[in-house]
Amino acid sequence: MQVINSVTCPICGCLCDDIEVSVENNEVVKIKNGCAVCEAKFLGYKGEHRIHTPLMRKDGKLVPVSMDEAIHAAAEILANANYPILYGWSSTNSEAQRVGVELTEEVGGVMDNTAVVCHGPSILGVQEVGIPTATLGQIRHRADLVIYWGCDPWSAHPRHLERYTSFTEGRFERSEWTSYMQKLKAGAGKKKVNSALRSGLAKGPAPKPTACYVGGVPPALSKGGRKLIVVDVRKSMTAEMADFFMQVEPNSDYEVMQALRALVKDQELDVDSVGGVPMEYLEAVADALVNCEFGVIFFGMGVTQSAGKFRNIEVAIQLTRDLNSRTKFMIMPMRGHFNVTGADIVQAWQSGYPYGVDFSRGFPTYNPGETTSTDILLRDELDASLVIAADPGANFPKRAVQNMVKHPLIVIDPHLNATAMLGDIVFPTAFVGIEVGGTAYRMDHVPIPLHKVVEPPEGVISDEEILKKILEEVRIIKAQKAEEKEEAA
Amino acid sequence: MDKVIIMEQQKLHVTLLSGRTIEQGVGKEYGKASHEYYNACSMVYMDADDMKKLGVKNNTNVLVTTPLGSVVLKAVKYPRAATPGLIYIPYGPWANAICSDATTNIGMPSFKGTPAEVEAAPDKEVLRIEELLMSEFGR
Repeated sequence: MQVINSVTCPICGCLCDDIEVSVENNEVVKIKNGCAVCEAKFLGYKGEHRIHTPLMRKDGKLVPVSMDEAIHAAAEILANANYPILYGWSSTNSEAQRVGVELTEEVGGVMDNTAVVCHGPSILGVQEVGIPTATLGQIRHRADLVIYWGCDPWSAHPRHLERYTSFTEGRFERSEWTSYMQKLKAGAGKKKVNSALRSGLAKGPAPKPTACYVGGVPPALSKGGRKLIVVDVRKSMTAEMADFFMQVEPNSDYEVMQALRALVKDQELDVDSVGGVPMEYLEAVADALVNCEFGVIFFGMGVTQSAGKFRNIEVAIQLTRDLNSRTKFMIMPMRGHFNVTGADIVQAWQSGYPYGVDFSRGFPTYNPGETTSTDILLRDELDASLVIAADPGANFPKRAVQNMVKHPLIVIDPHLNATAMLGDIVFPTAFVGIEVGGTAYRMDHVPIPLHKVVEPPEGVISDEEILKKILEEVRIIKAQKAEEKEEAA
Repeated sequence: MDKVIIMEQQKLHVTLLSGRTIEQGVGKEYGKASHEYYNACSMVYMDADDMKKLGVKNNTNVLVTTPLGSVVLKAVKYPRAATPGLIYIPYGPWANAICSDATTNIGMPSFKGTPAEVEAAPDKEVLRIEELLMSEFGR
């Protein structure tokens, strides 16, 4: 058995790079340090839902075909399409994303990544007002106030607290959870630890608010040392560990943030509550914000998908900017897919725009709402689509998917996911970060190398190779067409 | 002639949120057709008191309806706190069958905060992913 250290976990934007993977006979047999999702991926990736050969829909059913036949058919679809969408890109490496830009430009399509249904509004907010941010290393060592707003890292980024914020011991900031975590780890097996953690750390050291806004402002808000505040519309797993959980009404994040901006500037608000939060609690939170030495706001889908969308992000960044006149404050989106940040970066450095890039006019244009894949699908303006390293079949609104399946659909994915079940041509591919290496960008824009720990199944190649083959074939088809046209003329 | 009892089905008006759960995260890595994903995503978290109002017990099926459509889901009591008037469906095709697709012209659908109605549906089946895709997309 071979043990490989410091493997990067290819799941969420945390890109934990301390995973220990044990490999035997070209199979992953054991995982150390990973979260529940990491274990599910490394141990479950080779399961029954894996695709081993290219598939094509014939007589309404997906049937196995040769790689050459599938490549040619996919290239035909893309070369003949007027306005294809090439969507996904977030669970693959930046090397494949780069080929994706080239392919999209060649076929005059729209290249869009999963940011459109995740942190697209954050990008728009940043484009409006900029962003004061830092790397996660800085935050780990220095932040004494951590705010999770509209996100639940315990569910979506399970090791974010452990590696970068409240549970970790920074060089300048202690964690009050350290001894508890050590005791728990020493005295119990991993499963017990996980189950204790999942049940909300019932025996943890911090006081747990049982109900919001009852019994006055919790003293934990004014305590010394590192503090954790969670803002959400419901008490999430992360909220159970917080020093203070501020419950806001759905779709009222904008108002609450604007109220905090006013309070941070020492203005008075003549109301009893904002967004369901009584004024005395808001004032206590504003005091905590101003009195910290290094604060950080992490925000998620609770903010980007609620009413206001990118305006919520704008005001969150403005709050951060205001706070920087009183103390030091940072803000960072909690990016979901492990390389969605890379997809934005690669598209931006190649075309100038981070997502929703339209090459149909021969040069890149970008107008979210017009050139974003969801809008194109809802307006049914496409005539073909290629989906790679994402699953819009499961995660896009119903009407968008209904329009997607009206037109030829090419899917590149290791698993038979919902989109692949709906596809016309399906390519099996190697798992990025397990069977193929490459580069991915962490949520703080730090590039981290991915590792190949096992060989892919026989005949299964990487996303990058499949895209290169399709691109090559598209160029041949286009050259032939140009020749025929010339001859005809 | 039998006496016909007409009972109006009680409906609860709520706000629908969709989002991540750790079980959904684990399920998606096993595969979208896996049991883990099905169990994690074809359910709806509800407030305990709201469930009582509907006369629904834990793990009973309910029908959730929005202007975009209806879907049958397994109702599960939200374990952490009272969330009256809120229901929460993990991301997945079941949630997307009924979530608002209004992108407000910036690309992002309104996955959180859709007004919805919930009614008890103990006799209706929760569709498996293949059945759901077939019913919605014909494939």
